[in-house]
Amino acid sequence: MIEVTNLTKRYGRATAVDGISFTVQKGEILGFLGPNGAGKTTTMRILTCYLPATEGTARVAGYDVFEQPLEVKKRIGYIPETPPLYIDMDVRTFLDFVAKIKGVPKSVRKSKIDDAIEKCRIGDVRDKLIGKLSKGYRQRVGLAQAILGGPDVLILDEPTAGLDPKQIIETRELIKSLGGEHTIVLSTHILPEVSMTCGRVVIIAKGKVVAEDTPDNLMHRLRGAGGLRVEARGDQTQLEGLLQRVPGVARVAARSAAAGIAAFEIEATAGQDVRAETARAVVQGGFDLVGLQQVGMSLEEIFLHLTTVDTADAATAPAATPPPEPEPAAPPSEEAQ
Amino acid sequence: MTSLRNIAAIVEKEWRHYFGSPIAYVAICMWALLFGFFFNFAVEFFLRQSLAMSQQMEMGGGPKLSMNEYLIRPVMQNMAVVALFILPMLTMRLFAEEKRTGTIELLATSPITDWQIVIGKFLGALSLYMVMILVGMINVAVLWRFASSPPEWKPVLTGVLALLLVGGSFISMGLFLSTLTRNQIVAGVLGFGMALVFWIFSWFDQPTADAWQKVVAYLGITTHMEELSKGVIDVKDIVFYLSFIGFGLFLAEQSVESQRWRA
Repeated sequence: MIEVTNLTKRYGRATAVDGISFTVQKGEILGFLGPNGAGKTTTMRILTCYLPATEGTARVAGYDVFEQPLEVKKRIGYIPETPPLYIDMDVRTFLDFVAKIKGVPKSVRKSKIDDAIEKCRIGDVRDKLIGKLSKGYRQRVGLAQAILGGPDVLILDEPTAGLDPKQIIETRELIKSLGGEHTIVLSTHILPEVSMTCGRVVIIAKGKVVAEDTPDNLMHRLRGAGGLRVEARGDQTQLEGLLQRVPGVARVAARSAAAGIAAFEIEATAGQDVRAETARAVVQGGFDLVGLQQVGMSLEEIFLHLTTVDTADAATAPAATPPPEPEPAAPPSEEAQ
Repeated sequence: MTSLRNIAAIVEKEWRHYFGSPIAYVAICMWALLFGFFFNFAVEFFLRQSLAMSQQMEMGGGPKLSMNEYLIRPVMQNMAVVALFILPMLTMRLFAEEKRTGTIELLATSPITDWQIVIGKFLGALSLYMVMILVGMINVAVLWRFASSPPEWKPVLTGVLALLLVGGSFISMGLFLSTLTRNQIVAGVLGFGMALVFWIFSWFDQPTADAWQKVVAYLGITTHMEELSKGVIDVKDIVFYLSFIGFGLFLAEQSVESQRWRA
């Protein structure tokens, strides 16, 4: 449905998007993940024909965004980061206007608008001025505007930014329910969002694609770098020494736990499964093993892992001083589960 | 067909904005008030002159004063200057506001061309201006009801046409200037300043003007309403106004399009 080939966008000398390629199948929800300034918005703006690309091509539903922008625009629903709303219009009037410029035929206009209002659950504010709506409602009106007329492709730029947790959950549910019917590309810098809503993830940093996979696979690929949480009753320092001697264990880090329980997170050398050895060592050492748990790397960590490598390299190259030991900045991953 | 429908949608949106906010009412009220003032002055002046004339007549001289020439024409010319003040305030937000609030992104990613947006916005402002002219013309209509010998209607119509074309030129220019910035005040000041400049150009329209002054005077927006407000339709004047408006719209479209390339 969407084919992006070698897309590049330069603003003067700064390169915002640097040779990005990816494809999105029909009905798929693709997560576009990256830190702020990674080039997500620029890529989306090119896809929606708002900006021209410097190099490369993008095709939506078979139409080139540069050659046939009108055909592309007819098939796309788009919400920019801040939903573009006329705050002095009421919701119905606004949707009516959008339906008109999207060329929704008069005979079905009313039913399409009602449809969008119902899907985005904004029926109770349909006669209110948009300027008087809360942020959450505005976001939903923006979404209603995007799905109006049933476009094949939905492009959502940070659809949950600035919402409260309840609204975020609702918006995610809504986006999920729209998948299948529409092909969706959504951008975010919030990781759990991707694993919750998207079938596939493209991670971009500094204008480049650094990884592309399903959320599960991405986690699996980096499983080797994941940890093992060990909890046992007994002396903390003794246990630490014991764990460090287990073959295949690369690093041991103390973790907080309930009183009387010593907890550690073990990092194995890549690809090695140390669970059996660890359990045996703990029991044989005379400790009561009370917990052994594989902690998969959360997307949050993958994200940091993937996007910080590049920056660290870049930062150390010109500097003569050795880089500081990279401390894992991510919180213990069980919190993300 | 689609293009007409899109333009109509933009016009309707602009109307909703103008009439959904105090803008349209304030503009129409101020216009009506000033039209009334100038008309009132003109009527008083005309009556005094007529009285003087009729006294001369009794002594055997003096022609009958033309209402078109001495009453309606000065009012139209004054109102062209009022338009110079009011219209930049109607046009300053047309693009600047859309750019500031980000709604330009909605328009730009909808299946609608830049030309349709520009023309829709132009017609939206122009049609509001037409309403203003119509409201003002109530004053003139009173003459038909109460004057002993009503004015000729043809020069009145060409006067209205002149007012419309002058206003259209200001709107087209203001529309273009509004595409240059996301700040409404900047757009407004630019629009007002440029309108003033093109108005001042007509001051060079003197019998003693040299070649350069004639060129400058030719560019003056109100220079070309002289003949029209007398009831003379000169193709040259109409062409001037239409090309002025067309050029403004062209620049606006180019500006909207190019900003995406530069962004």
